[in-house]
Amino acid sequence: MQTLVTVLVFAPLVGALIAGLFGRRIGDIASQTVTTGLLFLACGLSWYTFSQWTWGHMEAFTVQLLPFINIGDFQSVWSIRIDALSATMLIVVTTVSALVHLYSWGYMAEDDSRPRFFAYLSLFTFAMLSLVTAADFMQLFFGWEGVGLASYLLIGFWFKKPSASAAAIKAFVVNRVGDFGFALGIMTVFWSFGTIQFAEIFPQVAANAGRTWAFAGHTFPLMDIACFLLFIGAMGKSAQFFLHTWLPDAMEGPTPVSALIHAATMVTAGVYMLCLLSPMFEYAPIAKNIVTVIGAVTALFAATVGLTQNDIKRVIAYSTCSQLGYMFFAAGVGAYEAAMFHPFTHAFFKALLFLGAGSVIHGMHHEQDMRRYGNLAKFLPITYAAMTIGTIAITGLGLPNLHLGFAGFYSKDTIIEAAFAAGAHNPIANFAGVIGLIVAGLTAFYSWRLAFFTFNGHARWGHDETHAHAAHGHDDHATSAQHETHDEPLAEEAHQHDDHHGHGHDHKPHESPWVMLTPLVILSIGAVAAGFVFVDYFVGHHEAEFWRGAIFSAPDNHVLHDAHNSPAWVKWSPLVMSVGGLLVAAYVYLLKEGLGARLAARGGPLYTFFYNKWFFDELYQATFVRAAKFLGDLFWKGGDQKIIDGLGPDGVSAVSYAVGRRTGKIQTGYVYHYAFVMLLGVAGLLTYALWAWAR
Amino acid sequence: MTGILSLTTFAPLIGVAAILALRHFGTPGEKTDTAAKGVALATTLATFALSLIVTLRFDASNPGFQFVEDIAWFAGLHYRMGVDGISVLFVLLTAFLLPICIVASWKSVDKRVVEYLIAFLVLETLVIGVFCALDLILFYLFFEGGLVPMFLIIGIWGGKRRIYAAYKFFLYTLLGSVLMLAAILAMIGIAGTSSIPELMTYQFAPWLQTWLWLAFFASFAVKMPMWPVHTWLPDAHVEAPTAGSVILAGILLKMGGYGFMRFSLPMFPNASELFTPLVFAMSAIAVVYTSLIAFRQTDIKKLIAYSSVAHMGFVTMGIFSGNAQGEQGALYQMISHGVISGALFLCVGVVYDRMHTREIAFYGGLTQRMPIYAAIFLLFTMGNVGLPGTSGFVGEILTMTGVYQASTWTAIVAATGVIFSAVYALTLYRRVMFGEITNPELKTITDVNWREVVIFTPLIISTLVLGVYPALIFNVTDTSVNALVSAYRAAIGG
Repeated sequence: MQTLVTVLVFAPLVGALIAGLFGRRIGDIASQTVTTGLLFLACGLSWYTFSQWTWGHMEAFTVQLLPFINIGDFQSVWSIRIDALSATMLIVVTTVSALVHLYSWGYMAEDDSRPRFFAYLSLFTFAMLSLVTAADFMQLFFGWEGVGLASYLLIGFWFKKPSASAAAIKAFVVNRVGDFGFALGIMTVFWSFGTIQFAEIFPQVAANAGRTWAFAGHTFPLMDIACFLLFIGAMGKSAQFFLHTWLPDAMEGPTPVSALIHAATMVTAGVYMLCLLSPMFEYAPIAKNIVTVIGAVTALFAATVGLTQNDIKRVIAYSTCSQLGYMFFAAGVGAYEAAMFHPFTHAFFKALLFLGAGSVIHGMHHEQDMRRYGNLAKFLPITYAAMTIGTIAITGLGLPNLHLGFAGFYSKDTIIEAAFAAGAHNPIANFAGVIGLIVAGLTAFYSWRLAFFTFNGHARWGHDETHAHAAHGHDDHATSAQHETHDEPLAEEAHQHDDHHGHGHDHKPHESPWVMLTPLVILSIGAVAAGFVFVDYFVGHHEAEFWRGAIFSAPDNHVLHDAHNSPAWVKWSPLVMSVGGLLVAAYVYLLKEGLGARLAARGGPLYTFFYNKWFFDELYQATFVRAAKFLGDLFWKGGDQKIIDGLGPDGVSAVSYAVGRRTGKIQTGYVYHYAFVMLLGVAGLLTYALWAWAR
Repeated sequence: MTGILSLTTFAPLIGVAAILALRHFGTPGEKTDTAAKGVALATTLATFALSLIVTLRFDASNPGFQFVEDIAWFAGLHYRMGVDGISVLFVLLTAFLLPICIVASWKSVDKRVVEYLIAFLVLETLVIGVFCALDLILFYLFFEGGLVPMFLIIGIWGGKRRIYAAYKFFLYTLLGSVLMLAAILAMIGIAGTSSIPELMTYQFAPWLQTWLWLAFFASFAVKMPMWPVHTWLPDAHVEAPTAGSVILAGILLKMGGYGFMRFSLPMFPNASELFTPLVFAMSAIAVVYTSLIAFRQTDIKKLIAYSSVAHMGFVTMGIFSGNAQGEQGALYQMISHGVISGALFLCVGVVYDRMHTREIAFYGGLTQRMPIYAAIFLLFTMGNVGLPGTSGFVGEILTMTGVYQASTWTAIVAATGVIFSAVYALTLYRRVMFGEITNPELKTITDVNWREVVIFTPLIISTLVLGVYPALIFNVTDTSVNALVSAYRAAIGG
């Protein structure tokens, strides 16, 4: 088993190295075959590991490969840790990654740097696997930043586009803000426990629960500080409120990347970390409440923005952000099992939605604006079917009395139930529960809006001059992230990701090739079945046997148990909200087609607020970015040049330059001065030494 | 193995003699120049081999000095050499970077080639000597002497404002060395010995430590350089030829950090403890202040130079944290920065050799024409950013962890450096490498040639191997650093 998981983790790295280093030599097809093949191998091994864990009574184990950093108590080892959490993440990561590799054969078929693309995808997968199998904070951090690097590379994959490279930097830097907290959190943990190994930290937590941490004249509860700092890292990686701004811009990357990294795997790393560190968070009540509030606010914020966006990928991006909010407040109220179940089901239907959107974009010749879609069901029937399944799954349709529904139904409803269950003792959890319900309605609305807008109604594509004009007009703008907010609704966001299709006038949408549709079909199966097959293991009757201690719940934490005994209104209201959202969307976009556009054109204050993403980009631009530029210039021109140099060398030089000019030997002059002084020094030194010893 | 340190130190001078003979007997011209380059390369490679032998034969379990040579000179003066776990890797680093510098200068230097090579070889002798010297006077000779060839390299083979830069370099270092000289005289007078190992166990009176510490600090702080005596560095870098920058950033800056670990901590422990808050403050300011300045630079080299100052801020705060993580991290950071910053300056050299400008605005879109260069530059940019998996990460996280235990405030301020470094380094990379090529002059720029690949390969391997398996370094440094830390803690009663 040890060899097997080692092969599993390193297979993607081998693929990345082969495609990355020798891609040009061995060619596109060979690079794609190697990386995809190794990924499917990793995927098979992951499912084998997972099945051994779930049904084969395999025990948790850790493979230690090589020492990493060993200084005093600061001991880190490259390892592969296998338990319920990592086994779950293994199948999520490798399954989606393998399918995305396959899908990219079709989607990237006309790109001329495919080996690089596949190398990056595989590199990402390796970094993600090293993240989820880490046994200590250093390797966790390695994987954490490693996926950040891969994300940076893939968002900026089309590096000629200024908007893509801007988005890449934004993603990296915002994540670095999170990592700033993460790094400090690790240091706090090391300071508190004298170790960074998970297995050594967790047993010590209960005994250290009451400790405090003094800073700036105040004392804080130690566990809350440590967990809060670590949570800042999770906020960055998982695009939570305040640190979310990078995720929508990350859609500049090719769509398979969005599906893999920015929907199914990397962005759930924050949730994974919270669950992994549940033994710590259980003793950090304040930090947990912060997590709950941030998660709930994120869910609401992203859903409201998602209502108004017109770029198909951005709608799904905000949807992801919102779903991540669910996962976080689930962890915050103590339902870690549900917090892990949702990323599991979410991976299937969100990857499905993204790859479906990619199929639409591909079929629509790289048009991403939904206002130029319509009536595509006829032209892309399989994509239509798959995306409809994905939409049903994300809106969580299912019947509570029969315990039967699509994937999202099981995980999302458990989260909402858990929030209300925890709400019995904690008003903040109730707040999250109410938000969760509202967002369930909003989710249904924007998801169905996307589906109806794209696949139903009248065709709004294929015959207009303004289309091409608008699209080209946009290339003049510097960054789409900035210009988007200033444009009138109809003229914005015509991304030309890759011009290889050109912008012909009378093109017909076409269904994608099978290499792209197969992953959609497989993911559709997951979106339908992942919920009812696994619900008992993750959050149901077999929950304790499945997790086997990988998730820790404090003795007084009965949230999951209480969630199962929720009153009927709690169990039914998510469905009511979801169906309500569906009906409103159907009314606005099907029955009264065009109503949505008229509402948008009217642009009330609330619409403007949502449409502009609550003005976060503008706010950060006006504060942090401007401040950094201002201070940089101030220190440089004021501090260095005027004060330090002015009083120091330049002041002195004014005198000696005059002297030097007179002798006419400026260049060599200083050498002589220097040598002279040095000689004097040596002479003085020797004299003194001789004198001292002669005594 | 006695004598191998002297052999390593003075081996480059044999090359100098050979080159001088070559010039004396040969006819001046390109042929002689090429032959001289060959001799210089062979010499530096031989020196590297010697330093490698020293490192491999080094007994890492012994915290004391090894390969010790002690020859009485005259009048009580001694020629003492020796290395311990702290210094031996600097010898290796120096000998590792020099052949790379020679190859990097192969085509880019065309005036006074022979003198140029001699300057580098003499520099190598003097710098290795700094790290091997176990006698104060000998140390002083090497330490100050090493500045002369550097001064000449900037002043003669530098850019347009080389005089100003060399002058500034000179002025700052002069200030420091005069004070250090006075301190050395006082130490010898009081302790009655110039032997560094003996002085390390000599207990100076606390009031005296304060003054001696300040005097040494003046010299080392300039050399690091620490804020606010850093302004000579960006100018020196901008004007220095590529190989000069590599040596400057890669090795000369490390002499300051080495000095703190060799002199300040063990010889003046009470004063070190007293001034730790000052060092922390200066280091933390350096990280934020110079990172923000780096963000606004328009010259590639200046940007990297400012980022060097920020990285050295981590080193100084780590050294004065007084615990194993901080010291090891600082030492590691110095070695790692030697490799990464050297590589970054070589990266600048690649485009400078082709376009003869370092203006960021001149470039853009180079990835299209130079994909291999793009990958190399990206790797070292990520190393500079401190990405885990590169050597840059290990030193940064360890110094911060060490400092956190000594002063949480300092660690928090320093940790903002991880954000800033991403901002300036990635912005630079974007502006130079990404986008469309808009400057017509760049339409024909060529990717790295095989000679450049040869230069970068050892640096790439070092960055990655040290990033994944830092034990290679720690195995060597561990015992000596632990001895340093425990002696320091015992002395300050901690």
